[in-house]
Amino acid sequence: MSGWDTVGPQLAVLVAAGLVLLVDAMLPRQRQALPYIALAGLAASAAWTASWVGRDDFHTAFGGTLSLDQYAVFFYFVFAGITAAVVLASIDWVNRAGRSQGEYYALVLVACSGLMFLSAARDLITIFLALELSSIPQYILAGWGKDQKSSEAGLKYLLLGSIASALLLYGMALLYGLTGTTILPDIAQVIQQGGDTNRGLLVVAMVLLIAGFGFKMAIVPFQMWVPDVYQGAPTPVTAFLSVGSKAAGFAVIMRIFFEALGASFLSDDWFKIFAVLAAVSMTLGNVMAIVQSDIKRMLGYSSIAQAGNFLVGVAAIAVPGHEFTLGASAVLLFVAAYAFTNLGAFIAIIAISQKIGSDEIKDYRGMWRRSPFLALALAFCLVSLTGIPPTVGFWAKMYIFNAAIRADLAWLVILGVLNAAISAYYYLGVVRQMFLSEPEDEEPIRTTPPIGISIAVATAGIFVFGVIPMPLITAAKDAVQIFAH
Amino acid sequence: MVPLENYLVLSAIMFSLGVYGVLTRRNAVLILMSVELMLNAVSLNFVAFASYLDPSKIIGAVFAVFVITVAAAEVGLALAIIIRLYRNRSTANVDEVATLKW
Repeated sequence: MSGWDTVGPQLAVLVAAGLVLLVDAMLPRQRQALPYIALAGLAASAAWTASWVGRDDFHTAFGGTLSLDQYAVFFYFVFAGITAAVVLASIDWVNRAGRSQGEYYALVLVACSGLMFLSAARDLITIFLALELSSIPQYILAGWGKDQKSSEAGLKYLLLGSIASALLLYGMALLYGLTGTTILPDIAQVIQQGGDTNRGLLVVAMVLLIAGFGFKMAIVPFQMWVPDVYQGAPTPVTAFLSVGSKAAGFAVIMRIFFEALGASFLSDDWFKIFAVLAAVSMTLGNVMAIVQSDIKRMLGYSSIAQAGNFLVGVAAIAVPGHEFTLGASAVLLFVAAYAFTNLGAFIAIIAISQKIGSDEIKDYRGMWRRSPFLALALAFCLVSLTGIPPTVGFWAKMYIFNAAIRADLAWLVILGVLNAAISAYYYLGVVRQMFLSEPEDEEPIRTTPPIGISIAVATAGIFVFGVIPMPLITAAKDAVQIFAH
Repeated sequence: MVPLENYLVLSAIMFSLGVYGVLTRRNAVLILMSVELMLNAVSLNFVAFASYLDPSKIIGAVFAVFVITVAAAEVGLALAIIIRLYRNRSTANVDEVATLKW
């Protein structure tokens, strides 16, 4: 049957998940090989994706429910990279936890395949299934730790997640009822033909969709789970949630709003919604991050603020009469930059907290003396999150704000710059603690090779793309060509 | 034949009851039941739309089947987590399960 080649990257990841489970059950002595099987599956997936780069015979498959295009290819790479970094960073933690190692890696891989399906889906049923395929493993992983905080994080994530799914489904039901189809471009066609007779109901459906995906993207006012889950979940899982599910949320929301709800009388409405949500998310996230004493919780609030920055780009897409692809490519650039930066920061935190057994920012004092490598890497990631050159975070922020200015959203840009200044206060506060304070304990912290390698790759990515951003920008621009019509 | 509006109103009422339950109940199991009510309201919507508006009459029904399946998976998982918390804390009340501040 044709179409199977279009899901090759997902199949490679799922086969690896099955292999991991089998090896765990049949060859218990070979357990230390499990993460490397997972990495091999991800490498196969990336290689499959790489064979599509530069091709232009893109098409849809499975009755038009999945599409293979540059946009999906871009996100396949992002998700394979994110998952590989998370697997590398998990090795020590999973070894120490001891139990159910195969299940852990299998769940991470299944969640990754769900994220990949999500970025390629162009049908409401497929989008819903892909969303759940990525969410349910993440609920389990959030509750993976033995301590009570982790179970609590799992329960909160699951309950709030299923409420978000219900809202999302109600929006999808309205959209289906109004148009009689679930394929995104067909929805756009019916809406175009109908004109704005059903505009009120369409806006209701849009708001419900934003609520459902807003939960995944962690934007205000759907952010209440973020700090608790980020703090309670095991740190490798937090790294996965903070980058993977956020990127997928933006991937799918841009596809839905472009391909199904792109009619001009609708985009007038949704760009205003996104602009307001962006402003609120940036401000609230940053203000709340200042007062946090737990570094995972602080990064949780900061990720809400960063989601606000993403949304500035999404809002800039929709302003009529402007270059459509500018905002979209800025968002994709931001996704890639954020993946490198946040993963680097979280993996450094994993390495440090394994040794000092604490996530309190005050325990990071004098980290420079205890581990120059980790302190420098974490500081570099925090500088990139602030948006200071020479990091990829700087270019990402600049492109987002550039797109917003071109779209006449100057007020949003001014607010964004003010927020960047606020965020510098708490990001650089951690850097100050690490470099300028005296350590209470001089004992050096050693990193294991997998963690060292993943941090080195992340920081190298931040630096290289910070100095030579063009390849990444070009990739992002190519990826959004599908929206150019 | 019953008009479509009746189904939609019933579904809206069910959904609102679910939202009300989610916001007011403090027991995790009851919150879960309220979420189920919301999901069932959505399924009703899909089936009603399918039989009244969709010429193929099938997409909405397929969607409803998927909603039911996924909801079952979510409930299974949620109950497992609740049992685990209950063993730790002997409570399924979400207000008492608050080591982490909201």
